[in-house]
Amino acid sequence: MRYEYLDEGVTADVTLRAEAGDLEALFTAAADATANLMVENLDEVKPATARSVELEADALDLLLFRFLGEMIFYKDAESLLTRAARVKIEAKNGGYRLRAELRGEPLDPSRHRLAADVKAVTLHGLRVEHTAGWSATVTLDV
Amino acid sequence: MTLPRQIVRVAESVWELPPVVRPGMRVPVRIFATRALLEAMDDAVFQQAANVATLPGIVGHSYVMPDAHWGYGFPIGGVAAMDPRHGVISPGGIGFDINCGMRLVLTDLVREEVEPVLERLVDALYERVPAGVGCRGFVRTSPSEFADVLAQGARWCVRKGFGTDEDLRRTEEHGTLAGADASAVSQRAIERGANQLGTLGSGNHYLEIQVVRPEHVYDAALAEKLGVSRPNQVALMFHCGSRGFGHQVASDYVDLFLGVMKKKYGLEVIDRELACAPFQSPEGQRYWAAMRCAANMSFANRQVILHRIREVFADVFHRDPADLGLRMAYDVAHNTAKLEMHRIGGTPRQLLVHRKGATRAFGPGASELPPEYRDLGQPVIIGGSMETGSYLMVGVPSGESSFFSTAHGSGRTMSRTKAKKAFRGRELQHRLHAQGIYVRAASYAGLAEEAGPAYKDVDEVVAATAQAGLSRPVARFTPIGNVKG
Repeated sequence: MRYEYLDEGVTADVTLRAEAGDLEALFTAAADATANLMVENLDEVKPATARSVELEADALDLLLFRFLGEMIFYKDAESLLTRAARVKIEAKNGGYRLRAELRGEPLDPSRHRLAADVKAVTLHGLRVEHTAGWSATVTLDV
Repeated sequence: MTLPRQIVRVAESVWELPPVVRPGMRVPVRIFATRALLEAMDDAVFQQAANVATLPGIVGHSYVMPDAHWGYGFPIGGVAAMDPRHGVISPGGIGFDINCGMRLVLTDLVREEVEPVLERLVDALYERVPAGVGCRGFVRTSPSEFADVLAQGARWCVRKGFGTDEDLRRTEEHGTLAGADASAVSQRAIERGANQLGTLGSGNHYLEIQVVRPEHVYDAALAEKLGVSRPNQVALMFHCGSRGFGHQVASDYVDLFLGVMKKKYGLEVIDRELACAPFQSPEGQRYWAAMRCAANMSFANRQVILHRIREVFADVFHRDPADLGLRMAYDVAHNTAKLEMHRIGGTPRQLLVHRKGATRAFGPGASELPPEYRDLGQPVIIGGSMETGSYLMVGVPSGESSFFSTAHGSGRTMSRTKAKKAFRGRELQHRLHAQGIYVRAASYAGLAEEAGPAYKDVDEVVAATAQAGLSRPVARFTPIGNVKG
């Protein structure tokens, strides 16, 4: 699994592209890409605490939209920097259900090199695609 | 950049795309820009403005301001007025940072008096006005107090001792939008925003100490009436919004509208970021009520930041801030929707005007203006990049051609990702210091993204608004100190 930020695109925001062999790894990579915009040294984010997440959506792209929204929520509501773990996605009633943990710790400017404060996940050009593997394109408002 | 071949020049710095560049356009696109700004605009601006022109109920034109750049859904720098009887409201036409805006604060101090303590002032502002990821403010509110903030905006702050009646009078809408209903807001939005009163945020949000050089006063009589009268007078300008609270309100309603737009109202949009609902629908009215809560949070946020600025100046100068002439000039938002009366074909009509990265700019005589400014036109505050400068302008009568809307900043030309690769935050900080600008930043990476060359030429943007008859420049403000989110 890997991710990158695209040079071109929505000028004042950031477009990320994530790729992985399966859907669970794709969501994990997109979550890391989101977290890495907020904290440069992502490895310094210790999995000291966990929040469980359970979400449903009609489509995979909206499932990712809501999942990344959870990370942004915990960043503001509890000052928690998190990474995704134990992501499980299953088809349900014509849509999808996600269960995951967001593991992390309170942000600490003495250890975490903080960067951009992500405001929101946008629907602009939002895509989750299955070709050889899986890929996702997400634009975040920063 | 190749311009769309259908583009037509209408007047000096005014261009039009007829309603045929894409199917479903209900009105033409009108672009306000010099030829240089027009040619430098992203292609996506034209496409997005054409997409906006397809929204139900749009009246007049889909407008593009001279600082416009590629956004999501609407371009940043986009204006669309809807007929509130049968048109839609779209969170994408307002932005995630609801009621994000600019506040200009003047002092009677001049550069020579501030320079010896400049670093102390900036350091203290950096301490007292938290910036960056996940920052928390100094104001602690109980749940019922936070509900009061959402209902009352800046008025709540003044009641609590964080400001004066004059501050309110010189804030757009007196710092309070009526009709804010906290029951339209999710618990998640409240949890995200309740600790953030008094914080700048990050991205392009900042707080600057600035100087008005004598050669940068373009209309001395107007400037004096607005309080800019001394050579090298010192001012403060800051840019921030409704923080996580507003971001969550917007996110919640984009998600809600996606679910009901087609199923319930048969609305189809070209881009999901244009998610919308009929303004008169229950969902549209709930967003309208929630959006006004976020607007009030944003007015309150800027009001308590002004209180912190007063504390810092009192501490550093050991004088009452009022004795230093520290006073509000104006506060105006640039991510908002408002019900306003405008004349169409000579007949007054109520319109729901979406402004995303665009500033309201009423002309002289508007009843919404405080009495001391009523004859001058509405003050407009244009935030430039931290390396260049910012402007105070006023609205003019000919602004009716854009439903009294003008630019909001200098507008980005380079993506954040590209800017981060092109510039180094620490080097930039040193370079700015050599130019006489002392910067404290919450993040060096974030600082690099805001380098001057990542932005359009603010002078050109301001000139375009003047040529197009949208607003008139009064004075230019040059930064000497900056707190960067």
